[in-house]
Amino acid sequence: MGNQYNQFLRISLLVISMVTLAACSSTSEPEEVIEDNQAASSSSSNSASPSASSGSGQLTQEEIRAQNALRETIFYFDFDVAEFKPADRDTLTYHARDLAANPGKRVRLEGHADERGTREYNLALGERRANGVMNYFIVNGASRSQIEVVSYGEEQPAQNSSSEQAYTQNRRVEVVNR
Amino acid sequence: MNTRTSICIFLLSFLSLPAKAELSIQITQGIDNPIPIAVVPFALEGAGVLSEDVARIVINDLEQVGEFLSLSRSNMLSMPNEEREVFYRDWRILAQDYLLVGKINRASGSQLVQVQYEFFDVNRELKLAGEILTGSVAQLRDIGHAIANMVFEEVTGIPGAFTSQILYVVSDQVQGDEYNFRLEKADYDGARAQVLLESGEPIMSPSWSPDGLDVAYVSFETDLPRIYIQNIATGQRRQITNYPNINSSPVWSPDATKLAMVLSKDGSPDIYVQDLNTNQLMRVTDHPAIDTEPSWSSDGRSIVFMSDRTGQPQIYQIELGAPSYNVERLTYDCFQCMKARFLPDGVNLVHVRREARQNPNYQIAILNIETLRVITLTNTSLDESPSVAPNGSMIMYATKFNGRGVLDAVSIDGRVKFRLPSSQGDVREPAWSPFLN
Repeated sequence: MGNQYNQFLRISLLVISMVTLAACSSTSEPEEVIEDNQAASSSSSNSASPSASSGSGQLTQEEIRAQNALRETIFYFDFDVAEFKPADRDTLTYHARDLAANPGKRVRLEGHADERGTREYNLALGERRANGVMNYFIVNGASRSQIEVVSYGEEQPAQNSSSEQAYTQNRRVEVVNR
Repeated sequence: MNTRTSICIFLLSFLSLPAKAELSIQITQGIDNPIPIAVVPFALEGAGVLSEDVARIVINDLEQVGEFLSLSRSNMLSMPNEEREVFYRDWRILAQDYLLVGKINRASGSQLVQVQYEFFDVNRELKLAGEILTGSVAQLRDIGHAIANMVFEEVTGIPGAFTSQILYVVSDQVQGDEYNFRLEKADYDGARAQVLLESGEPIMSPSWSPDGLDVAYVSFETDLPRIYIQNIATGQRRQITNYPNINSSPVWSPDATKLAMVLSKDGSPDIYVQDLNTNQLMRVTDHPAIDTEPSWSSDGRSIVFMSDRTGQPQIYQIELGAPSYNVERLTYDCFQCMKARFLPDGVNLVHVRREARQNPNYQIAILNIETLRVITLTNTSLDESPSVAPNGSMIMYATKFNGRGVLDAVSIDGRVKFRLPSSQGDVREPAWSPFLN
């Protein structure tokens, strides 16, 4: 029974991944991001090579958007929810494309929970959240070997107090460059 | 968070360094009709003064568990130290049911003491027990606790647990999300705390070996949660697991040959059992949901655990060796039921309970799995990590008080409560020892 369920889950994950990939490739935006990033990184490392989009050192709108997105490294979650917020999808897509464009880059996804519920369950919930982000990165072109996942459960709260406000800050996944 | 260089692990157990923050006991709820007992100050025969008041230690123990109320010393009509000085009428007049007297003998210049005690039933005018205990001056607390054990067992018929100890984790916020974590061991009443491990990374899930000589726990000192076993006396430790992802919740089997644990190396957290002699790993559960918080039945044949396979955490039981789908669900009537363990009777299940989605409180409760009757023992809101005293009489758990993590204890009938507030840091994850020799 467990195996059948696993099988079902794997197939459904595969279908979801394919649909997501298809959705991504139908919009041209993320692909532009890759090219822009490559252009940006090559222009900064080698000043002799001409850069088509930003010859004058000016960044395109898209490059600015990507840079701002990569500066956002903490993603917050709703209570008892393992999926990231839809509003973070675009930012996370930039992170994924950045990993895809830079195969040498490594990140660590640190999952956290608020203090409600038991510590062991929160350790597992933190991992579930971080895994959700990891899977989204992989679906969007990152390689599994670029990503390390670790859950801290409720052991390292960003805010050490028992209020709804603290809880919203503590339910999070942090993307840490390694 | 980026730099995790400041990982400092100190092994201090063998140095017996005292812990920074002492826990000191407070009785927060007693019973209506405690048993009256007179404990006369023990006379010191021989030179010098003693650092410990043995009679006071016995009184604190007995009052802590709420069953007893001791007679104030200033109200005593006489101060006997041995049987021939006892006049029962002095104690009947004061409505005392029981009387404990004793004396301590210390040869001059010696670190050895002899403590003689005698225990009487006032109404029956009968000596119930008496003995001479020998130890060093440093063991006077242990001797006091041992005498309290005897009194408790004579009166209630249940062995006392006053010589037992506790493990717990303390966390101090250094700054931002940087914390200092300590694994500590103390007497059950919080006295004589010792640091067993200190780290800049989290320490979780301490648990005792059945003989009380070793502890298992999870440490993030390598940046990843891994399971370690440490000898309390020598401080020697070894890493038990290094599987990918979560390695957590180590719990010894009753026969001490195996360690139940949680691993998510195959995707989601599942329950596993590792043989400590052969290192052979056996998978117990196999489900894409979260399975965690294993605890052994007292016969070692099955494991109780928490799973959110129906969407919210509920408690399940599985026989070892049975197919992984052959689990029995034990809880139905709560929004979330977690962190369960059986009392020694195998029928009553201590657990953390959140009654309903709209009720945000997590409380300690006992479910009788035959009658399905539930008794909620606590009335605070963030209670977790229940751990049962070796005599089954009390449950210690972690909660929050004034915004701080503290350890509370409650009797299994819910009538008596005491608290071990910490002077510093957040204290949590108490683990009550087995009976120690």
